[in-house]
Amino acid sequence: MLRHLLFATFGAGIMYLVTSNISLFDNYQVGQIASFVVVLAGLSLLTGVNGQISLGHGAFMAVGAYTTALLMTHTQWNFILELLSAVGAAGVAGLLIGIPATRLKGPYLAGMTLLFALALPPIADKWPNTFGGDQGLTMTTPNAPGTLSPQEWLAWIQIGGALIVLVLLANLLHSRYGRTLRAVRDDEIAASLAGINVARTKVLAFVISAGCAGLAGAFLGLSTGVVNTGAFPLTLSIQLLAAMVLGGTGSLIGMVWGGILLVYLPQWSTSLSGHFNLGSGVSAYLATIIFGAVLIVAMIAAPNGIQGGLRWAWRRLPGSGSGVGGSGSSAAPGAPTPVLTDE
Amino acid sequence: MSYRKSTSGWRWTRALVAGAMGITLATTVLSATAGAASTPGVTSSSVNIGATVPLTGPAAPGYSEIAPAMGALFSWVNAHGGVNGRKINYTYLDDGYNPANTATQTRKLVLQDNIFADVGSLGTPTQAAVQGFLNSQKVPQLFIESGCNCWSNSKFPGSSGWQPPYTVEGKILGAYIKSSFAGKKVGYLFQADEFGQDFVKGLDQELPAASVVSRQNYDVATLAGPLSNQMAALKAAGAQVVAMATIPAATALAMLPAAVIGYSPQYVVSNVGADAPTVGPLLSAFAQKGGATAAQVAAVGGLLNGVITDAYFSPESNVSNPWVQVEKKLLAKYAPSLYAKSGLDGNTQYGIALAYTFVQALQAAGKNLTRAGLLAAIAKSGKSFVTPGFVPLSYSSSVHYGFQGAEVIKLSSTAPPAVTPSGSWIGGTAVSPVEVTNVGSGPVKKYTGKISAPPKSLSKSA
Repeated sequence: MLRHLLFATFGAGIMYLVTSNISLFDNYQVGQIASFVVVLAGLSLLTGVNGQISLGHGAFMAVGAYTTALLMTHTQWNFILELLSAVGAAGVAGLLIGIPATRLKGPYLAGMTLLFALALPPIADKWPNTFGGDQGLTMTTPNAPGTLSPQEWLAWIQIGGALIVLVLLANLLHSRYGRTLRAVRDDEIAASLAGINVARTKVLAFVISAGCAGLAGAFLGLSTGVVNTGAFPLTLSIQLLAAMVLGGTGSLIGMVWGGILLVYLPQWSTSLSGHFNLGSGVSAYLATIIFGAVLIVAMIAAPNGIQGGLRWAWRRLPGSGSGVGGSGSSAAPGAPTPVLTDE
Repeated sequence: MSYRKSTSGWRWTRALVAGAMGITLATTVLSATAGAASTPGVTSSSVNIGATVPLTGPAAPGYSEIAPAMGALFSWVNAHGGVNGRKINYTYLDDGYNPANTATQTRKLVLQDNIFADVGSLGTPTQAAVQGFLNSQKVPQLFIESGCNCWSNSKFPGSSGWQPPYTVEGKILGAYIKSSFAGKKVGYLFQADEFGQDFVKGLDQELPAASVVSRQNYDVATLAGPLSNQMAALKAAGAQVVAMATIPAATALAMLPAAVIGYSPQYVVSNVGADAPTVGPLLSAFAQKGGATAAQVAAVGGLLNGVITDAYFSPESNVSNPWVQVEKKLLAKYAPSLYAKSGLDGNTQYGIALAYTFVQALQAAGKNLTRAGLLAAIAKSGKSFVTPGFVPLSYSSSVHYGFQGAEVIKLSSTAPPAVTPSGSWIGGTAVSPVEVTNVGSGPVKKYTGKISAPPKSLSKSA
């Protein structure tokens, strides 16, 4: 537990150096990466650790973002309280989805969560006076202290939030609950014979995961200063899943790779299509196509994602502690056993 | 489990090595920071400006031509030495008409590309999403391509519109409906956002409430198929005149299902969604997609025949107009691929005229270019800028709207337009004098002033 805190403090130190040395736009993007890390970490817990799938995490993000935006519009609450409300509201949504989800598995669960992602935006569009229609609701970040630029300040809020979430989740995974989550993933019957309440554990995983998504949604809304349904399309939910797999399903630190991909891949693909002069019709979809292609390649070459691949390479470094095949949990490519968390 | 204990020391070493590498990376690779100039985006030989526009998505058809047309005018300016010795570098990024993308792309323009001003960005929901950000960064948000009433707001001194506010359009068209279709039942079809609401506000000011029998709307974010339900409801309510605040794609997606159910009301369409060379091909394309026969596809362009709309500059069909002649030459020379693809239409005309307005603002701001100086110059001399508009621009320190007048025109054609613009339109015959009004309760009255001719420099060199 202490190790996680030390690790986070260390990460915070590095991020301080990074954010104060890069441009304001890079700060904006680093903040977005941190926001995506929050939702991906929750998704990684749900899928990698608990074995459930969700194609609806974009919608949980929308729930959190709209909650914070509505509170900012109508109340004078404390900023932290407004963010926590996003976690709470998305957690409740996760509870509502999680309860029926205990009866569903695999593609059926995917289908139900997909439905949630599809059905939520029209609800927001139905009441434009409450949810602001296409234009959405505005979100404001509290003023930056001292001479800090608003971009750096916001990046700090988001990075800080992401680190807190990572520490909490890492601790959770090392506790009794983490073992329960994994036990349910590996064999539900064995888990229930061991006295674990399988349904409650699965719902809990959904609630925690959705809560993370809610916070991430509010963070992203702070980045763009606006919350509208266009920010949470169905493709976002699918890209989240792809980014989680690419980062390394079940890993928490691996989600940083996923966040980097989510923010930078669309830009790389745009400049790529500009470079090859592929018209705007192509460039609009190129990012999604590349995402799909990279996912297929990764599934073949490194089924445990970037983090799994790195871990494998690290273990193979001459002189590194555990030798080749030194342990059952060392992730060799080609062995798609779900790897555990923060190692 | 014993190996774990023995390697835990190693694990720490590895973590430290990784951390040290991370710090080295952070301080060396990422330490490139932007130099702070006195006025961002301005040097003695150049000025960087940018915009976000829909190059993809539901609003792209037609509107994606505007920014490249602006680029054509800037190329002409740059080919003749720029403004006060400064070349104009114009960067426009695609936002797909999605405010979330606009937020990111605008930050890229401001924080990374260091633009001097945001000029000619398109859309109401999209630009409203960045109005606060641009103003807080003191970046002028000039000549927004939208007629929302929200651009003239003392809270946002750096923002200004250019085209007539939608309420002004609604009032002028509403007054025309009242006088020319007296006693007829009227129905509305409008986009469910500020565009539609502001337009309806204008219509409601002019039309007796009892004559409006149905109010239908659509959501642009989910605009994918024909607006069949809305048109059926208007037909059921017995609307003889349908007033529409629609983007070009929505105009086509409304007229087609109406034709299918044999409903042919008198359409009165906002200028936004009534550009014949844009809507005509969309009608054919959507009909083709919907499985219509070749003969039907060829005939659907005829749906635009008799449509009432308004114009605030002479449409491209008026080939004898000196502005139209100049614009045609300019586009053919400085944006040949765009000209080959779309020809001169309402969108390319719009882009050229808007860009020329900005060039005059740069001239008026003088050699010592600052953001505050540019805004002051527009407030001071914006009224006298030369444009193809039927009425002068109305900028002042408190008014940040452009044109506040238009004339009502009726579209007609000798032959239905083909899938590619054929230029067969003779349409756009004026059916009212040029009229002016304001977004408030001011009356709609006849405008008697002169219309400017294109400047010699433009006619000669283009």
